[in-house]
Amino acid sequence: MKFRFAHESIEINAGLLIALTLVVISIGGLVEIVPLFYIDETIEEVEGVRPYTPLEQTGRDIYVREGCYTCHSQMIRPFRDELLRYGHYSLAAESQYDHPFQWGSKRTGPDLARVGEKYSNEWHVQHLEAPRSVVPGSIMPNYPWLSETALNTSDIEGKLRALKMVGVPYSDTDEEYQANVERFGEDAAKMLDIHTAEENLIAQAQAGNYDGDRSNLTEMDAIVAYLQLLGSLVDFSKYDEGYFAEFR
Amino acid sequence: MSDNNTQQQGNAVQTTGHAWDGDLQEFNNPLPRWWIWTFYATIIFSLGYWIIYPTWPYANTFTKGVGNTITFQNDAGEEVTTHWNTRSLLIKDMQTGEEATKQKAYLEKVNAASYEEILSDPDMMAFANSMAKVVFADNCAACHGPGGDLPEQAFGLYPNIADDAWLWGGTTAEIEQTITHGRNGYMPAFGKNLDDEKLEQLANYVLGISGHSVETDKAAAGEKIFQGQEGGCYYCHGADGTGLKSQGAANLTDAVWTVANVPGAVKEEDKVAAVKRVIKNGVSRQMPLWKSRLGEEQIKLLTLYVHELGGGK
Ligand code: HEC
Ligand code: HEC
Ligand code: HEC
Repeated sequence: MKFRFAHESIEINAGLLIALTLVVISIGGLVEIVPLFYIDETIEEVEGVRPYTPLEQTGRDIYVREGCYTCHSQMIRPFRDELLRYGHYSLAAESQYDHPFQWGSKRTGPDLARVGEKYSNEWHVQHLEAPRSVVPGSIMPNYPWLSETALNTSDIEGKLRALKMVGVPYSDTDEEYQANVERFGEDAAKMLDIHTAEENLIAQAQAGNYDGDRSNLTEMDAIVAYLQLLGSLVDFSKYDEGYFAEFR
Repeated sequence: MSDNNTQQQGNAVQTTGHAWDGDLQEFNNPLPRWWIWTFYATIIFSLGYWIIYPTWPYANTFTKGVGNTITFQNDAGEEVTTHWNTRSLLIKDMQTGEEATKQKAYLEKVNAASYEEILSDPDMMAFANSMAKVVFADNCAACHGPGGDLPEQAFGLYPNIADDAWLWGGTTAEIEQTITHGRNGYMPAFGKNLDDEKLEQLANYVLGISGHSVETDKAAAGEKIFQGQEGGCYYCHGADGTGLKSQGAANLTDAVWTVANVPGAVKEEDKVAAVKRVIKNGVSRQMPLWKSRLGEEQIKLLTLYVHELGGGK
């Protein structure tokens, strides 16, 4: 009888109901989320992973803007059939600089975690403009505007600063630059310098010629540069398979 | 509806005791027994699960599960035992799983056998084809079309590898080389050095040597450019126009076209225009390398598959 009374007093008091609901939900949240800030032994120590260059980061932003993640995951799971189809399963280390990460389980199209270097730049351009011209049965939408829209390079410094605030080691000061040289090597460190971000972005796009047209920089340059990088940073032949199990 | 209502009200059903608008009441039916017991069972199950599997985080680590280990072999052949986790499970599955070992037995046979031996063994070929088909669909079909049949819209961008004509060669050794290391099909653009008239003459010559009826005086002029220093076409395509496999230069004397869309043209002048366009703009096509993505066995299987697609040469 007592219990029923208490129950009623919660049900008829909206403020109390909300407060207690929040308490109950946050217990689950705290138990699941808080330990993630302390457990770092699950991030594999592997060579090669670095933050995105300004061009790749710009491409990544376009990827997110266009909603490619609604059909594509970037997380190969440790199962035999995934291994046979896509390659080595994804490591936590490989998405440590992703904000937000692009994992997910919704696969209308194939997983893209290791699509880098799988196809030629030409193929990507053709496929993004008109998927059905290369894969007749594809249900992926056309993205013709990527080749027509000029690349906005002016806001890259701000973007990198924002990412730095959430922990991505782009360098602002000399010390940070030196730390990056030690950690990622000189070439990569140069690309991670916030002050030369716009220059580097333009230089990489022009040198890479990702959209096959050197006369102007388009969003296609950036997104193809990003796609060609995906999953290509870690050289798995250098590691014993058992090594990765140590991080679980 | 209304019948139903009265009927229920007739029974002595417990209510929550609330009443709104005078007579609106809320039933308080007990949950079905099977439901309650299932609910309790899931709680008991989770207790067991917490103990046996890695679950609870604490400090900067987590509980690893009790009495639940996985043993596999590392690259050095030593036995490694870890707590239960999906990565170790995968390694074990690849080493001892039923499907994986079945496949491995075949793959080892494929590895040990020469191409000739496999080609003459129907059982091994059946396995090679069924496995290669999947690998091809996952990795190659996006460019070469499903089953190597190029979609019409992709003509010129990628070669048809289901036909009998090879740019880089159709022996197993050549195909393996193509897949392992990739290929760059390159022909310079002649639009800058040759004017329209000369391009027209060359196109007539090229169409002439592959059996099309062309304007003979133009073709004769084209031949001079083709065989001379001005065009230098012979350097890659050979003096007889049959191509050069080491350069990936197309055979121009067969009726098979890989870049110039001659088959898609109906009128003679469109055929000339298609060939002209290729000579004017040149070609630059890239076949990616696969040695870093696919294993040796997979490449071997694909080689056999592609070899068979092309009718075996
Ligand atoms: C409506 C769902 C959908 C959306 C949205 C979508 N895709 Fe796809 N994508 C597919 C499907 C289905 C395929 C497989 C067929 C094909 O290759 O076109 C595919 C294939 C691909 C592939 C080839 C993968 C491989 O390994 O063969 C790439 C790369 C790709 N998509 C990139 C993108 C990018 C970049 C975007 C955003 C600009 C995007 N997709 C948006 C459905 C989608
Ligand atoms: C990004 C697109 C692309 C993908 C993916 C691709 N290829 Fe190719 N492939 C090409 C191009 C382009 C050429 C022609 C190169 C040239 O022009 O010389 C080619 C040529 C070839 C040839 C030589 C054909 C000849 O006539 O000599 C073979 C064999 C071949 N590919 C097999 C494969 C196999 C097997 C795969 C899958 C593992 C594959 N390709 C994946 C684009 C691709
Ligand atoms: C540097 C070597 C090279 C030179 C020089 C060269 N070609 Fe080519 N040509 C190629 C290659 C390689 C291909 C095939 C391209 C491919 O498959 O990617 C080709 C393809 C062609 C094709 C298309 C064939 C088809 O099947 O669609 C034509 C036509 C052609 N060449 C004509 C010429 C003419 C005419 C000249 C001289 C003006 C010439 N080529 C000079 C290398 C060369």
